[in-house]
Amino acid sequence: MIRHLHNKLISKEFSATELTKQYLERIEKFDQKICAFLTVTAKSALDQARAVDEKIACGEKIGLLAGLPAAIKDNIATRGVKTTAASRILENYVPPFDATVIELLRARDFVMLGKTNLDEFAHGSSTENSAFWTTRNPWDLTRVPGGSSGGSAAAVVSGMAVYALGTDTGGSIRQPASYCGLVGLKPTYGLCSRYGLIAMTSSTDVPGFLTKRVEDAAYLLSALAGRDPKDATTLSCDSRDYLKAIAEPRLNGVRIGIPKEYFIEGLNKEVLNAVKGAVRILEKEGAIVKEISLPHSQYGIAVYYIVTPSEVSSNLGRFDGIRYGFSKHSDAEDLIDVYYKSRGAGFGQEAKRRIMIGTYALSSGYYDAYYKKAQKVRTLIIDNFKRAFREVDVIITPTAPDVAFKIGSKENDPLAMYLEDIFSVPVSLAGLPAISIPCGFNHENLPIGMQIIGPQLGETILLKVAAYYEGITDWHTKEPMLLTEL
Amino acid sequence: MTKSEVQKIAELARISLTDDELERYAGELSSILDYIAKLNEVDTDDVSITSQVTGLSNIFREDIVEECNLKDELIAQAPDTEDRGVKVKSVF
Repeated sequence: MIRHLHNKLISKEFSATELTKQYLERIEKFDQKICAFLTVTAKSALDQARAVDEKIACGEKIGLLAGLPAAIKDNIATRGVKTTAASRILENYVPPFDATVIELLRARDFVMLGKTNLDEFAHGSSTENSAFWTTRNPWDLTRVPGGSSGGSAAAVVSGMAVYALGTDTGGSIRQPASYCGLVGLKPTYGLCSRYGLIAMTSSTDVPGFLTKRVEDAAYLLSALAGRDPKDATTLSCDSRDYLKAIAEPRLNGVRIGIPKEYFIEGLNKEVLNAVKGAVRILEKEGAIVKEISLPHSQYGIAVYYIVTPSEVSSNLGRFDGIRYGFSKHSDAEDLIDVYYKSRGAGFGQEAKRRIMIGTYALSSGYYDAYYKKAQKVRTLIIDNFKRAFREVDVIITPTAPDVAFKIGSKENDPLAMYLEDIFSVPVSLAGLPAISIPCGFNHENLPIGMQIIGPQLGETILLKVAAYYEGITDWHTKEPMLLTEL
Repeated sequence: MTKSEVQKIAELARISLTDDELERYAGELSSILDYIAKLNEVDTDDVSITSQVTGLSNIFREDIVEECNLKDELIAQAPDTEDRGVKVKSVF
């Protein structure tokens, strides 16, 4: 998709301005129903497109991402453009700086169409926790698009952006990609800079991509990966490898691990069959398939819901109603009352729930029983993966246990919502890269995704296997029928 | 978890909660903590904790002072200001 549109721009088949206008028209037409965007930046998008057209007109060489319209999840700081994290507490927040990933995209002359909806502070798996509205799944408007990067996923699959940036902490790129029939790449922890992401769980947060094609994810990764002096946890890499991976997507004897613990009861039968079918195809094409065991993955959600709320309770401590954001200072009696009232009224239910679990887990007397215990079980989960990757090159699982669910169906059961991420969370806890790609549809024409997991910094092999599978199947070419009827 | 325990945590977290919220969270937090108790099944006696997954430690940089050109923009973000200062309520 990216390469294709880039070629059209440089052969002057259409201009960046025309392309941007076309996307803005689609937003105008579809987004009233889908509600993917929180902010649309039409004017600056057209300015950015025009600047690229001028470069083309002057015969200047433009990069692959130049002039291509993208959507950005609204928990990524964009200079001069409201960045709310879908929270009341940041409803009017305009960052005076760009996240590093945005800075890198700007340097490549990208066009920003706007900012997309998410679960408040990325806490959730459906976008229903947004303080503003729920985004709808373009395949079925009565269902969720997944989350927390649900707005980004819905925007891309309905043709309202060429690609979108998301963030993934426990599955927030992969699960919406699965629910919307897209490619969702979550890089190795530290491969792309977190600077300018509104922090949720600093030990697992990563920026990543929602795209229509595997090669688009590779282009974006090669543009955005690498060391950033502003994020001390970043790693260096050779980004040329990602492009090589998609140039020659061969399987030749790649060893695929199938963790028996991930194909469990309670898993939707159609999801199970689709993923098993995809593995069979890869085996027929020359991959070696092996059953493996990840016995501690079953504790992933329990570990995650200690680690995440603990880090959340600390990261959201900065919202004090004093320095920026929503404030109840005029109703408050004294300083501490400003905190109580601003935070009580500014945070939504799930943010408060997580802050409280975290505060409890980190409080003296409970720290060893909860936080320390969770960090130890986390070590075991990581060891399971390390052992598995001595025998196999990649691991394949379903991305989520089911297809997209109905809006409202899990609203009053936070634990049921947490279990949505049962297959994606262990990967995040171990800092591994993973990609979700479409591998089928259920009887209601809802997309099914499979997750391909690699060892740390194993993006090349992930992309290779994903691109190979994409090349011999056509799930990725399907588009939601609904769009023609809207 | 009881309502008064929830109230205590909310105070530590500096969040005011309504009575309805206290009631709701008492139930919800209890069921989440029950689920988390599953971790007690795992023997972790000889296991060390993980807090950084990629193995980095002590990443240093030069300590160079740089001028920040955002002072006015940053102060303008504050909900309550006076002159070029952020205004806060009295502490006591």
